Amino acid sequence: MTDLQKRGDRSPVPTDWTYAPAPESTDIVSLQDRYELFIGGTWVEAKEHFTTLAPRDESPLAEVAQAGPEDVAAAVAAARDAYRSWSRLPGSERAKYLFRIARILAERSREFAVLESLNGGKPIKESRDVDLPLASAHFFYYAGWADKLEYAFPNRKPKPVGVAGQIIPWNFPLLMLAWKIAPALAAGNTVVLKPAETTPLTALLFADVLRQAQLPAGVVNIVTGDGRTGAALVDSEVDKIAFTGSTEVGKAIQRRVAGTGKKLTLELGGKAANILFDDAALDQAVEGIINGIYFNQGHVCCAGSRLFVQESIYEPAVEKLKKRMGTLRVGDPLDKNTDVGAINSQMQLDRINELVAAGKEEGAEIYQPPCRLPEKGYWFAPTVFTNVAQSYRIAQEEIFGPVLSVLTFRTPEEAVEKANNTPYGLSAGVWTEKGSRILWMAQRLRAGVVWANTFNRFDPTSPFGGYKESGFGREGGLHGLEPYLSFDGAETFGG
Amino acid sequence: MAKAPVLPRGFELPLKQRLPRIGSIDQVAVEQRAAELAKRSIKKESKVWALELAIRCCDLTTLEGQDTPGKVAALCSKAIRPDPGDPNVPSVAAVCVYPNLVPVAKERLAGSGVKVASVATYFPSGQAPLDVKVRDVEDAVALGADEIDMVIDRGAFLSGRDAKVFDEIVQVKHACGDAHLKVILEVAELGTYDNVRRASLLAMAAGGDFIKTSTGKLPGAATLPVQLVMLEAIRDVYEETGRKVGMKPAGGIRTSKNAIQYLVQVHETLGPDWLTPDLYRIGASSLVNDILMQLRTQKLGAYQSKDYFTND
Amino acid sequence: MTRLPVNKTYKLFIGGAFPRSESGRTYEAQGANVARASRKDVRDAVQAARAAQPKWGSATAYNRGQVLYRIAEMMEARVAEFAALCSGKAEVEKSIDRWVWYAGFADKLAQVLGSSNPVAGPYFNFTVPEPTGVVGVVAPDEPPLLGLVSRVAPALTGGNTVVALASETAPLASIELAEAIATSDVPGGVVNLLTGRRAELAPWLASHMDVNALDVTGADGLRPELEVAAAENVKRVVIGEPDAQSLYEISAFLELKTVWHPIGT
Repeated sequence: MTDLQKRGDRSPVPTDWTYAPAPESTDIVSLQDRYELFIGGTWVEAKEHFTTLAPRDESPLAEVAQAGPEDVAAAVAAARDAYRSWSRLPGSERAKYLFRIARILAERSREFAVLESLNGGKPIKESRDVDLPLASAHFFYYAGWADKLEYAFPNRKPKPVGVAGQIIPWNFPLLMLAWKIAPALAAGNTVVLKPAETTPLTALLFADVLRQAQLPAGVVNIVTGDGRTGAALVDSEVDKIAFTGSTEVGKAIQRRVAGTGKKLTLELGGKAANILFDDAALDQAVEGIINGIYFNQGHVCCAGSRLFVQESIYEPAVEKLKKRMGTLRVGDPLDKNTDVGAINSQMQLDRINELVAAGKEEGAEIYQPPCRLPEKGYWFAPTVFTNVAQSYRIAQEEIFGPVLSVLTFRTPEEAVEKANNTPYGLSAGVWTEKGSRILWMAQRLRAGVVWANTFNRFDPTSPFGGYKESGFGREGGLHGLEPYLSFDGAETFGG
Repeated sequence: MAKAPVLPRGFELPLKQRLPRIGSIDQVAVEQRAAELAKRSIKKESKVWALELAIRCCDLTTLEGQDTPGKVAALCSKAIRPDPGDPNVPSVAAVCVYPNLVPVAKERLAGSGVKVASVATYFPSGQAPLDVKVRDVEDAVALGADEIDMVIDRGAFLSGRDAKVFDEIVQVKHACGDAHLKVILEVAELGTYDNVRRASLLAMAAGGDFIKTSTGKLPGAATLPVQLVMLEAIRDVYEETGRKVGMKPAGGIRTSKNAIQYLVQVHETLGPDWLTPDLYRIGASSLVNDILMQLRTQKLGAYQSKDYFTND
Repeated sequence: MTRLPVNKTYKLFIGGAFPRSESGRTYEAQGANVARASRKDVRDAVQAARAAQPKWGSATAYNRGQVLYRIAEMMEARVAEFAALCSGKAEVEKSIDRWVWYAGFADKLAQVLGSSNPVAGPYFNFTVPEPTGVVGVVAPDEPPLLGLVSRVAPALTGGNTVVALASETAPLASIELAEAIATSDVPGGVVNLLTGRRAELAPWLASHMDVNALDVTGADGLRPELEVAAAENVKRVVIGEPDAQSLYEISAFLELKTVWHPIGT
């Protein structure tokens, strides 16, 4: 039928189909030159400032305040002031503020999504389709709890904890803000939030949402800065610390609050096993594995960074995986067709480079699909390591980048044994068509979230959090309220 | 699968480690993947390219009891020159009609390069004795059809008589001679994606040149996830045997946007090799006009009205 | 002529056996020589608890309830002995009733603490409580029996195994308890009881990398130091009450696992 094609053609046709760039316009975001600290409902000037960048081209976006200990103390004092009336407000009224926030976030979602991709480097399709809808949904979900707490914890007379200090990471800046603020406020606490050093802008824009929602001053305070600001917040007169970030910093925080009686929840690192059995729906499994590790450039604490493939399907599975990697579009986070965006910071890029170099040195086989990375900005091509041994650093340490290590197993017992052989325990994935095996595996995997025949799914109703060194306490769902409430009886850091 | 028939063309049972022969499809995940691919944003020149390709891949179809020579003649004119006002718009790939109307189409399309496709095998139900179906095919070929669109025996497939389905396709293929064979799975009647994959592999193994989603006679015809499942089956066969089988979604594709989503899927699943009428067809009737409107919108920069495009 | 009673040698309870401290040390408390455990005894006890945990944790909830109830039965037969070693009969009876209460919760806690979560998508999603693993308990000095039972019972109910440091000032009741447990149906290693100097032993328990949670109810002034040590492997630190009885004592020693699965044909 080739003759048909030739004769049917009247115009010259390019041999290949390359998608024209489809950039999301940044006009919708108007940034200030400089941002101060959001304390007690107003902007308070800080002594020092630093520049926040766009990781896609390293261009400066704005000056952001570096909060010192006295700024943090002022924020905590403002939260303490606000706590008196906020905690006494009927739950139904607190709920209405949260519903307002949910709605405003949805209305302004495009603006937030663009800013999130600009400041964080994640693909616009992710901030648009995942981060923003989930952030809004989180407020909507917890809004409904505010006047129903006694249904969540019968016979236990739940009371708010007080002022919560919340420290969030740079991988899902606004979503982590929602995960922290929504349950805290629903439960009647007030908060001081510290966004991550590299991604403060959506949190600062969120202050404008609070203005529109007419949230009482001081209920939410936002202090930007680096690790010093976080340390000051941990040491401040808060009643509770909620932290999401690395296990290393989490341990330091746990030590710091030791003996203070502050409640603590930690959502820390992970090295999730994604376990592929030979009977799995292979194409969908490969899709899930791709999503599990390259979603958000692998900057995901629950990323499926260790792939365990049953040996009987190893070759075709790896072949399919590599082919699929070749269709990932790496590039400008603001292009609507981008699948893998920019690495968040130079520091993170250095860390990824270091571990990848270690992987090569230890003898693992590296594969990266051909892709042209932009000249400016922070970039790392999707990477897979095969011939990886359990003992390699790339199989042990959290890389927090688009780097997958492939290992093998022969039996379900071996898969469980290898998957659990890590100090972490945040998440795990299982791919098999056999129902009883799914439940058998799910029961034995020591992880807070088990995705069976799917991966990296999140929902406000679904509790999320780790076992072992991946932290304690849950965020999301009914269980996510507990860390923000106090009860009579046993108290754990985890709530 | 029932007793495995003798599989032609290198489709023997796997002796070395490779993909699961049949495997299964996770409904939620495949629908999600299809939805994600549908969000690809195709702009400017790549959009024009895609729209023209969609026209070149079109099987302009009329399959009604009320079809007449006049109706088919009009369709053939449209097929050769879809947009009389713009000679740069390419012809479609084929015109698809009932066997009785093949001679009319054949005459009208002579020398244009546009093929004549005919449905056969007791279309659309396929519920007839095999010899009747084969005869149907022979007649259509004798009347001049370049391509035959057959239906599989869904009754046999759904009752587990895979060998019967397979055997029929083999015989029909034989009856086709030089005509190309498109095998219609009628996915709306298959119930699950697992069945779509099984039927796809069966049709390819039995010698189909194309696998096609639907007759167009039922609601719930071609969908993006169904095509994805079929494309993945095509890819698996290609990777195992080196044989390139074509894909034809039919029914329900009415807008340019939708057509581009189908093309994106082909592009990302099978690659550029399949983006040709040799290996990709879209069965549609009303799609062409929407594409023409879109092409003119792209070229002139103003939104268009249906009044300026002929209904055939 | 009065008969000279036979004195008991008070020993540790590790892995279902009653060894002396590997250090060969004792200390005097309540008029008896009590084994003074060493850090190596802590190590052995944790090892025994770890080895026993998978089976105990995966026993059916019904079975765990029965086993715990059996402890109450064994204690009931020894009320007088227990009473002599703690504040008296009232404390013993309360302790027995505590076992009964927790025994009855074993097969209910997943229903009360678990959930099915209505996620916005075609997925079935549920959350189940699971044991955290090996729990270290620093039991309070007072009440010596009830304080220990109140901290150990909820951890066991949830499927954890326990290494407990008994009341330092009044350790005899805990050894009596160990004997009751040893003659009940509790598998060896599920409960391990150590007597000795809290200030010496607790830090080893707190810093042990194979202990998942630490109950510091009886730690008093040691608490900050223990909490710092506990951070090394992100232990769940539980600050409880010496006389508490609630579902939430159990949940303090539990993890929550959430499972997702697509719903499709």
